Amino acid sequence: MERILRSLATALLAAAVVQSSFAAEFKPAKPECVAGAKPGGGFDLTCRLAAQALHDFKLITEPMRVTYLPGGIGAVAYNTMITQRAEDANAIVAFSAGSSLNIAQGKFGKYDENAVRWLAVIGTDFGAIMVRKDSPYQSLKELMTALKADASKVVFGAGGTIGSQDWMKAAMIAKQAGVDPKGMRYVAFEGGGAAITALLGGHVQAVSGDASESIGQMEGGAIRVLAVLSERRLPGKLAAVPTAREQGYDVVWPTYRGFYLAPKVTDEQYKVWVSLFDRMLANPAYAKLREERGLFEFAKTGKDADAFVKKSVAGYRDLAREAGLLK
Amino acid sequence: MSTLAQLSHGLALAVTPLNLGLAALGSFLGTLIGALPGLGPINGVAILLPIAYAIKLPAASALILLAAVYYGCEYGGRISAILLNVPGDAGAIMTGLDGHPLALKGMAGPALSLSGWSSFVGAIVAFLGIVALGPLLARWALLFGPAEYFALMVFAFACLTSMVGRNPVKTLLGGCLGLALATVGVDAGTGVYRYTFDDVHLSDGIPFLVVVIGLFSVSEILMLLEQTAAGQAMMRVSGRLLFTLAEMRATWWTTLRASVTGFLIGVLPGTGASIASAVSYMTEKRLLDREGTFGKGDLRGLAAPEAANNAAAGGALVPMLTLGVPGSGTTAILLGALTLYDIQPGPLLFTQQPDLVWSLIASMLIANVMLLVMNLPLVGIFVRLLRIPYWLLVPGIAAISFIGVYSVHGTTFDLLLMTGLGVLAWVLRKFDVPLAPVILGFVLGDIMEQELRRALSISGGDWRILVHSPVSIALWALATGMAFAPALLRRLRGRP
Repeated sequence: MERILRSLATALLAAAVVQSSFAAEFKPAKPECVAGAKPGGGFDLTCRLAAQALHDFKLITEPMRVTYLPGGIGAVAYNTMITQRAEDANAIVAFSAGSSLNIAQGKFGKYDENAVRWLAVIGTDFGAIMVRKDSPYQSLKELMTALKADASKVVFGAGGTIGSQDWMKAAMIAKQAGVDPKGMRYVAFEGGGAAITALLGGHVQAVSGDASESIGQMEGGAIRVLAVLSERRLPGKLAAVPTAREQGYDVVWPTYRGFYLAPKVTDEQYKVWVSLFDRMLANPAYAKLREERGLFEFAKTGKDADAFVKKSVAGYRDLAREAGLLK
Repeated sequence: MSTLAQLSHGLALAVTPLNLGLAALGSFLGTLIGALPGLGPINGVAILLPIAYAIKLPAASALILLAAVYYGCEYGGRISAILLNVPGDAGAIMTGLDGHPLALKGMAGPALSLSGWSSFVGAIVAFLGIVALGPLLARWALLFGPAEYFALMVFAFACLTSMVGRNPVKTLLGGCLGLALATVGVDAGTGVYRYTFDDVHLSDGIPFLVVVIGLFSVSEILMLLEQTAAGQAMMRVSGRLLFTLAEMRATWWTTLRASVTGFLIGVLPGTGASIASAVSYMTEKRLLDREGTFGKGDLRGLAAPEAANNAAAGGALVPMLTLGVPGSGTTAILLGALTLYDIQPGPLLFTQQPDLVWSLIASMLIANVMLLVMNLPLVGIFVRLLRIPYWLLVPGIAAISFIGVYSVHGTTFDLLLMTGLGVLAWVLRKFDVPLAPVILGFVLGDIMEQELRRALSISGGDWRILVHSPVSIALWALATGMAFAPALLRRLRGRP
């Protein structure tokens, strides 16, 4: 018995030595994706997309688990990663344009966009302006003309508060149409689904939301999408919908989605993750997985992702200041 | 195809060995998840969704599994509410009010089996409602805008007056405390952070789960701890496990009324099982409680919330299936599941995916029959929980509650908050302040404030919007009736 134990111990020791000699090349162990919201939301979707793609393409051997740290559009997760898990290189954390906007407005506690290591942007949704199918407004211009004539006739519903992405989209278009965003009647509902429900019930006249969530309702003939807030027309089912730019309003609003790493992850670990994501995004099967989740193509990793996010936050900061949301 | 033909087609699709097995598995897991304090249907469904997708279940089968978990949770929540006075999920908060006193009287067995039965009736009423009236009900849900929701919440608050016991001031105090807790967090209208003390953990407000577990579970642990220290005897358990026919007859109309109310409230997106069960409990108390037995172990007070929460869970499927919009947090995840299977949720679901929709509806019937069959014989096992000595039981509840909350929120901050609220609740109980108004104030106050402000931002500050539709006028009338009728009736009756 004792001999068996002893040989077992030797074997374990040997295994440990072998393990440590391989440790030069970092490999995420028990990989984890942190979603900064409750299950079922956008962060969850982002995590599941990466978890499935990385595992399907055999880039990671163990399945990646998704954990939840809900609060403040990712603010709780951001603070937890910075203060409590700063060296945790096994976890990637989902973020979105909504997190960047809140960072810009100082709603992420005392930390700014330089506090974490931005890893990758893996896809994007775009803003969309929709009305009910029997609405008299056939184009964005008609909607804006009506808004200008009488703000009480066009009430905007949306899934986010004043200062959120949904508000920004509506406010920027209104501003270009010569309407003071502060005079706009804007109602914040609990998420985009609730805003569309209110639109269907005729309680609001227009919804400022996302392109992907409008597709099902548009196909069902319940709503009309007046404009998508992308640079060019979107592929697929929304191809017939003109962009806001085409209609004379220079507003582009991508709701991008991606990941960051904890602040004290080493350069070497960061590089390993960047290369994993490079390979994931380059895989031909990735596009299908991305489209299944209503995301359009938008890929940046490593330094590019870092520069992009920082520039985006700076841009949002200017916007927020302009809108009077920052002092 | 007629509705009945489609339903039988759906039944035929749902009765494959795989789907039956999944419905049974889902029902069982759901009951278990529902019974554990801290975990509710939303967690159960969220945990199982990726597994179902990963093992490549077909879309209909995956939905059947997830829906069975959802129904199962509504059954499971009652178990810990009755036996331990700790609600297993949000829909079961009102269940403990009469369920636990029944258990204290040695009636745990009949209480469990009767509430299983009323859960079943509630679910079947919802099932019939969906089959017969689905698309029609979708239009009813759309009638509710912010102004109508506000009137509905006023009605719910008016119902709260039925909870006023011997001491109205304490009930009021509890309600106000709940309202105060609800104000914490980001203001949904303006995005301004209120009472967050610059701590990001409070930015979304105090999570509902933390309040429920803190108020009910942690304070109950403290109470039990005290009793153990005082050397109190264990709970009696009488031999009878099943309810009698007389008991069923006595609760029959209550169960039916609560099922219909619960279903109608469940259909409305934005309200859920917790509000449905609270409104039906309070309505029944107002209607029936002449001898003051509600809250002391009245079977009708147990049957009402259980029928209502199951009916509401079924009702929440209506906006999901007919409009493609979520009717509750859990159905939001189910909708997400559809997109994973490349099925676009939307108003076309019924016409584009009839097989999927009808097999899901049929599975509702199947899963609920299974749940009833599963739950009645298990009562004997559940009741044995009470034989566990307190020194083992209390740490057990504590561990499960803390793990439940931590597994969902993942921060120790919430555990501390929960403990703090638990101690507060314990102090309140010592002063005989009832806890139900606190939680109702918390739930209703939050929705009420938001809907009022939404309504006013639609109208540009014009208060007339609150009475602009027939629905809201009707609700205001009901609320007035609820608040003042008993006093009037008493005066009328009091006259010779």
